[in-house]
Parts: sequence; structure tokens; C-alpha cells
Amino acid sequence: MTERAPPGGGGFDISRAWTDERARGVIFQILIVLGVAGLAAFIVMNTITNLREAGLSSGYGFLFDTANFDINQRLLDYASTSTYGQAFVVGALNTVLVAVMGIIAATVIGFVAGVLRLSNNFLVSRIVVVWVEFTRNVPVLLQIIFWWLIMLALPRVKDSISIGDAAFLNNRGIFLPSPIFEDGSAIVLAMILVGVVATILVGRWARKRQEETGRTFPVGWVGLGLIVGIPVIVYFAIGQPLDFDLPEKKRFNLKGGFNITPELIALWLALSTYTGAFISEIVRGGILSVSKGQTEASGALGLRRGLTMRKIILPQALRVIIPPMTSQYLNLTKNSSLAVAIGYQDIVSIGDTILNQSGQALEVISLYMAFYLVLSLLTSAFMNWYNKRIALVER
Amino acid sequence: MSFKKIAGAIAVAGALVATGAVPGQAATLDDVKAAGTLKCGINTGLPGFAYTDDAGNWTGFDVAYCRALAAGVLGDANAISFVNLTGKTRFPALASGEIDVLSRNTTWTYSRDVDLGFTFIGVSYYDGQGFIGRTALGISSATELDGASVCIQTGTTTELNLADFFRVNGITYEPVPIETNAEARAAYEAERCDVYTTDASGLAATKTTFDDPSAHMVFPEIVSKEPLGPLVRQGDDQWADIARWTLNALITAEELGVTQANVAEMAAAAGDHPEINRMLGTEGSLGEMLGLDADWAARAIAAEGNYAEIFDRYIGPDSPLGLGRGLNALYTDGGILYSPPFR
Ligand SMILES: N[C@@H](CCC(=O)N[C@@H](CS)C(=O)NCC(=O)O)C(=O)O
Repeated sequence: MTERAPPGGGGFDISRAWTDERARGVIFQILIVLGVAGLAAFIVMNTITNLREAGLSSGYGFLFDTANFDINQRLLDYASTSTYGQAFVVGALNTVLVAVMGIIAATVIGFVAGVLRLSNNFLVSRIVVVWVEFTRNVPVLLQIIFWWLIMLALPRVKDSISIGDAAFLNNRGIFLPSPIFEDGSAIVLAMILVGVVATILVGRWARKRQEETGRTFPVGWVGLGLIVGIPVIVYFAIGQPLDFDLPEKKRFNLKGGFNITPELIALWLALSTYTGAFISEIVRGGILSVSKGQTEASGALGLRRGLTMRKIILPQALRVIIPPMTSQYLNLTKNSSLAVAIGYQDIVSIGDTILNQSGQALEVISLYMAFYLVLSLLTSAFMNWYNKRIALVER
Repeated sequence: MSFKKIAGAIAVAGALVATGAVPGQAATLDDVKAAGTLKCGINTGLPGFAYTDDAGNWTGFDVAYCRALAAGVLGDANAISFVNLTGKTRFPALASGEIDVLSRNTTWTYSRDVDLGFTFIGVSYYDGQGFIGRTALGISSATELDGASVCIQTGTTTELNLADFFRVNGITYEPVPIETNAEARAAYEAERCDVYTTDASGLAATKTTFDDPSAHMVFPEIVSKEPLGPLVRQGDDQWADIARWTLNALITAEELGVTQANVAEMAAAAGDHPEINRMLGTEGSLGEMLGLDADWAARAIAAEGNYAEIFDRYIGPDSPLGLGRGLNALYTDGGILYSPPFR
């Protein structure tokens, strides 16, 4: 059918390039690359010319200008005298914060709901079905606003619900004591770290022993002692080097401590229940994909139902569950940009303010794109790594 | 809402990357005439300034300006498609050509005029930023607001003034950023924030929507200058002139006693006041210079009346907002409203 270049016959013959399949492929690829590059260059040039003609400045220099606006939810130090660039970083971290919190909660909710839906208890499984269908089918924006209105309906500041006058809940969020680290607190923190490392080592040793001898070891209790018990003893032994800044009622607000805004809580609840509903279906599908014989076999071995689920079914189901989870996590992250609707200051909310005050539309949009791209690629990379780790290892 | 805003921003981006001329360079007048409608950017809803009447038509102080402009240019005060814009979406919408003119409580500032590439065509309302709070708070001045939560509309000058005000006074606050006036009101009424801050005119408008307006007070401090007015894209001087002189015609009409009721009669034949004659086109050729016909100003005034009539109808002392003329009185009445002459 296709003529091939003469084997070993002095290499490439221009005159026959068109009839040679491989050469033709290369030529087309080069043409396409040139075409795409040309189009890109044209778009860039044209944009620059148009911007200049419209008298608009371009470039990222504006990131160093003073922002002049305040942000209520921030993980870094920020004031209105900070720069647009710093405001962007604060917004990016806020997006990451709600995305990470949302992913964790959605996963927990999804697994619990997925397992419960398969429960033998008719009532439980029906309730989960109704919840899943409802949550999956109502637009997430409405759910975000719904949770926000719920938060706003909480008691006012003066009627805050308080737990021992240390933690408060009202329609301006949750107020918790924040730790003040004094001299010596580093030792306590170090002890906690040592405890974590020790627990991991003990866990490994226990697993190996169980594989060899079949004897189990109470890793959970020992771990608790190592991570919590010993540091607590040390903490008291060296004279309680930790103080707490308690939120206090002031004229308008609670002051001091650590505040989680109602906007963050509402967005977090909405995103994690919405995505959790989707995840529960993935989990259900994953569990159903494990053949019933496995459950029966494990029952025959005398394993209890809970253990069967944890040790036999879920590990196998995970291989089916993990790949589609990635896109759920990505969806959750991207849905978090709906935060603007309730004034949670994520990257888009802050970026839009910057766009509006500085007029640098192209630059701001390009920063959004770069940010979400990087975040999504990181999430995918992590999930791929995890997927490989749990993939079936053929022995 | 976010997608709308992003769509707006992408539209600017799109307009800038696409082939062809920049929107501002185009002859907006020709586009408007070809389309047969004026695309006017207004509020998402603010009593007095832009709201829907019982029949569902947009009306208000800011809307009236668009009606005058449409009447002057197209001969029909109803040939308008209104585009509702938030503090954030308004500028991308104007820059991208989604609207021909923006009449939405917008403050004339240096950077908007110079850096964002717009042309402000005048001031229709001299305003300043204030605060509203519950009388039950028991405070009488905005300087006592240390530690308060403050609701603000994002993408406004308000947001910037607020940061300055608290910094200068050395007091702290929690900003609660909100998209639209309606959402800000909801948050304020739920006591998510202690005070709401925006242009004083906006406060008066918002107050009318509270269940019990008397339970709220506007603090005496006015913390900024907010000259509000319509604006167009930079680069189309003819269109900017049309927009500018439409506003000037409304102000001059008040000054010279031309009203919605008598404008038709005055425009029918030359009278004995030369400036009225020139403005209404019974003498000279001012309309032609703008690229319009001789009667444009007469039609603009006939749409909703002169400045005083519009002011009184929508926001004046006898309207629910009850705003006094104050700075917005004519210069001859102790205000600073002053139109250059029609000559
Ligand atoms: N004048 C200020 C603020 C303008 C503004 O957003 N005003 C509010 C309250 S007076 C408004 O018009 N809101 C109506 C809406 O939400 O659409 C500016 O130009 O930045």
C-alpha cells in the first residue's frame, strides 16, 4: 500500500517525501506546530497592539502596587498597605484552605454515606438515597447560599452559644482560644513529633509480627499514649509552658482567639456535602464491584462484618474508587470559586477586586488560570501516585 | 454572580485579543443608531436610583439619564436595553463594549479616568461615603467603631476609603465583603455586620427598605468625596461629547426654566432667550456639530424633565429617600451644579 523509503538507500529523498508515510507525518506535524505558534504569536501581538491603542497598560508590574483594601480571612499577615501580589497570595491560600478542608470532609462523608447506602437496614439506606439524590441534584451555588443563610440565622453576638466561656458560636462564626507558645513549649511540640514517629515504627513492627505470628498488637492505644499521653505529662512536668488567648466579648464583637468566619464554614459545608454525595456513589460502585464471594469467604473464616469491610472489601474497592475520585477533588477545588457569592475571600473574590481596582483584566485572568492549572496538576499527580501505590501488586 | 463577572472579564480579554479595532475606537454613535437601542449599564437595584416600577420597567435617577440620552440620540426614550451590573462587573462591561454608557452611582476617580481607560462625562450627583448602624448600638460617631464588623460592596471606592478611614483613625474592623446592595442589606439585617457603609445617597436608599427605618441611624461622618456620574469608553470623543452635553442640557434646562411641560412649546419656535434657542435648536446649529439633529436636546429634556424634575421625582425631599439638594443645587442656589454654556 504505502511505499517505504528504500532501506539503507542513502537516507532521505526529498522527491519521495510526499509518498513516504513517515516523512509525510513529520511534515504535517511541523506545519501544525508552525500554524499553532503563528496563531499564538498573532494573538499576543494583536492583544498588545489593542491594549496600547486603548491606552491600557499591561504587564505584571501592578502586583507591586499597594492594595488599599482589607481582607477578613487570612492565613498570612496582610494589611491594606500590603501589595496586590500579597493579596493574591492570601486569596490563593484561602482557596487551598477550603479545598483541602473540603476534600477531607467530602471523602469522609462520601465513604460513610457510600457504606451506609449498602446497609441492610432499610431505613438507613433509604435515608441515604434520598439525601444523595437531593444533594447531587441541587445546584451547588444554591447550597452554598443555603448554608450561608443558615449561618446568618445563628444567634447574634450578644447571645453567642459558648462552651465554658472559651469557645463561642454565633452568626459571625466560630471563635476558639488560640495558643500562645511560651518558653519550653518547643519541647512539648518535639515530644508530639517523637510520639508520631514512634507510633509509625511501632505500627510497622506490629504489622510484621502479625504477619509472622498472627498475634495482634493494640497499636491504637499505644499510639495514643505516645502522641498524647507522654507530651501531656511533659507539659505538666515543665510547668505548663502554653497559654491560651481566649475570645472575649467586646462592644461589637468577640475579640482575640481564633475566628473561623461563617462564610468559610458555609462554603466548606456546601462543597463537602455536595461532592460527598457524588463520592458516596463512587464508593458504592466500588464496593459492589468486589465479588460477593469475598464477603462470604471472609464470613466463613469468622471475620466480623466491620473487619470484613475494612480489611477485605475496601482495599479491593479502592482500586475502583480512586481514579474517579481525582475528578471529584478537582471539581470541588474549582467549585470553590463560587465563594464570591457569599463573600468568602478566595483567589477569585480577591482577584476580581484587584481586577476591578487595577483594571488589569488579562493579567488577573491569566493568574487565575495558572493557579488553578497548577493546583489541579498537583492534585492529579498526588492521586496518580496514590493510585499506583494501592494498585494490585502481582506476586 | 461570579460567572457573570468572569464572563465580563473574559469578554474584555476576548475583545482585546480578537482581531479588529478596540471597542473605544469605534464610532459608538453609529453603532447605537444601527442597533436602534442604547445599551445602558445600571445598578442591580437601588431604590431611587435604578429600580423597577409596578409595570416592571426600570426607573430612577440613574435610569432617567439613560432615557434622556436615548431620546436625544434615537428619538425614543424607551429604546434602551438595560444591563444590570455590580460594582465589579460594571467596568469590564463598559470596556468590552457590552454597554455604551454606564450610569450606575459611579465615582469619578483619577485611576478610573486615567488608568482604566474611561471618560467621565460629568457629575450628576455630588456624594460622600457614610455609615449606617442600629441606634441600639448606642454610638454617635463612626470613630467609635473600633472592633466592629463592617459590610461593604466589593469593587467600589467604598472598599478603599473604608480601609483608609480605619487606618487613619487607628482603629480595627472586620470587613465583610458583599457583591450587591441587596446582599449587603441581608447581611446587615441579619447582624452579620454592625454597620453598612456606602455612598450617603445609597444609605438613604437602603434605609427605605428596612422594616423599621427609625431603628437605624446614619452617622454624621462623611469620609470621602464621591462625585457620581455617567461614563463612557475613552477614545470616542464624539460619543463622550454627546453623553456630556446631554447631562449639561438637563442641568441648563433647570437653570433656564425649561421643563418637561413647556419644552415642546419652547422648541417649536425661537423665543427671546438666545441660549434656550441655541440649546433647543431653534437658532444656530449646535445639534449638527454633535452629529445629531437640531431637536436632540429638546427630546432629551422631554424624556423625564430637567435635572430638578428628575431629582425631585426619584430622590428629592418628597420622595421616599428624602434627600435634600445640598451640594447638588444649582450654583445660583448655593450648590455647585454648574453647566458650561450652550454656545
Ligand atoms: N460610588 C462608589 C460605590 C458605588 C456602589 O456600588 N454603590 C452601591 C450602593 S450606593 C450600589 O449602587 N449598589 C447597587 C447594586 O448593588 O447594584 C463607586 O463608584 O465605587
